[in-house]
Amino acid sequence: MKAIVNVALKKGVLDDQGKATHHALDTLGFKDIVKDVRIGKQIIMELNALNEQEAKQEVTKMCEKLLANTVIEDYQIEIIG
Amino acid sequence: MNIAVLQFPGTNCEYDTKYAFEKLGCKVTIVWHKDSSIPQDTDLVVIPGGFSYGDYLRSGAIARFANVMESVQTYAAKGGKVLGICNGFQILLEAGLLPGAMKRNNTLHFISKFKHLKVVNNDNIFLSKLKKDQVVNIPVAHFDGNYFIEEEGLKELEENNQILLRYCDENGNVESLNGSVSHIAGICNKEKNVFGLMPHPERAMEDILGCSDGEAMLRGFLK
Repeated sequence: MKAIVNVALKKGVLDDQGKATHHALDTLGFKDIVKDVRIGKQIIMELNALNEQEAKQEVTKMCEKLLANTVIEDYQIEIIG
Repeated sequence: MNIAVLQFPGTNCEYDTKYAFEKLGCKVTIVWHKDSSIPQDTDLVVIPGGFSYGDYLRSGAIARFANVMESVQTYAAKGGKVLGICNGFQILLEAGLLPGAMKRNNTLHFISKFKHLKVVNNDNIFLSKLKKDQVVNIPVAHFDGNYFIEEEGLKELEENNQILLRYCDENGNVESLNGSVSHIAGICNKEKNVFGLMPHPERAMEDILGCSDGEAMLRGFLK
């Protein structure tokens, strides 16, 4: 079983990397297409066989404890069976 | 005065910190991150600068779970004095010993230079040897020093006089360095026994290094 975790800054928290990248895309000619850019990180984990519900529970604990800093970051978990 | 300086894989300011406090007459012990306790007679724990665990995942995120940090938590809870410099500040935030979080500098550059700082509050052991509104010149060297706290938390910091240092120009006018909320360079906890700052006072101990303003700052701890 595989877990994909996406971590990014929360909506209200200014994402300077995203802003700089957005600006670069603007100058490259994508000004009319790109509305917003947010930059995050993806953590891909191979898990020992668990059922999907248990996997989600465990990965949520990992996110709360270590993988995300919930003061400034949100996370999304995808479990692939 | 006995000082314990923590050392993680990737720490690179432990010997500068040791030198700085020894210069002030302290006995300094370097404590490895796998140790399960800090020396019993410790008067101050210093978490020095560097790149603990390579700053992988986030600055300070992994160091927070190091063996030795459990005894630091207990030590701080009992009122023991803890100082976090740069990466040490980031570790204290990740450990929840100080409120808020660090983001990448808004310049998206590593910033390494001397920077003026304004003493915002000195009603604490940390800055007791400096005057309120005094301007000191201390080097900074960081990538993730863009301090963030939500509005409510910032209000609380202000009300409790927990903001100790702000970035400023040579005349004391506060100014942005890295995007930090309210130009914050250093804060303490409510109880005022845990302090974190991004600048490196241990690198400003002698005029030959460019400035000796760090000495008065660190001397505040020696009681």
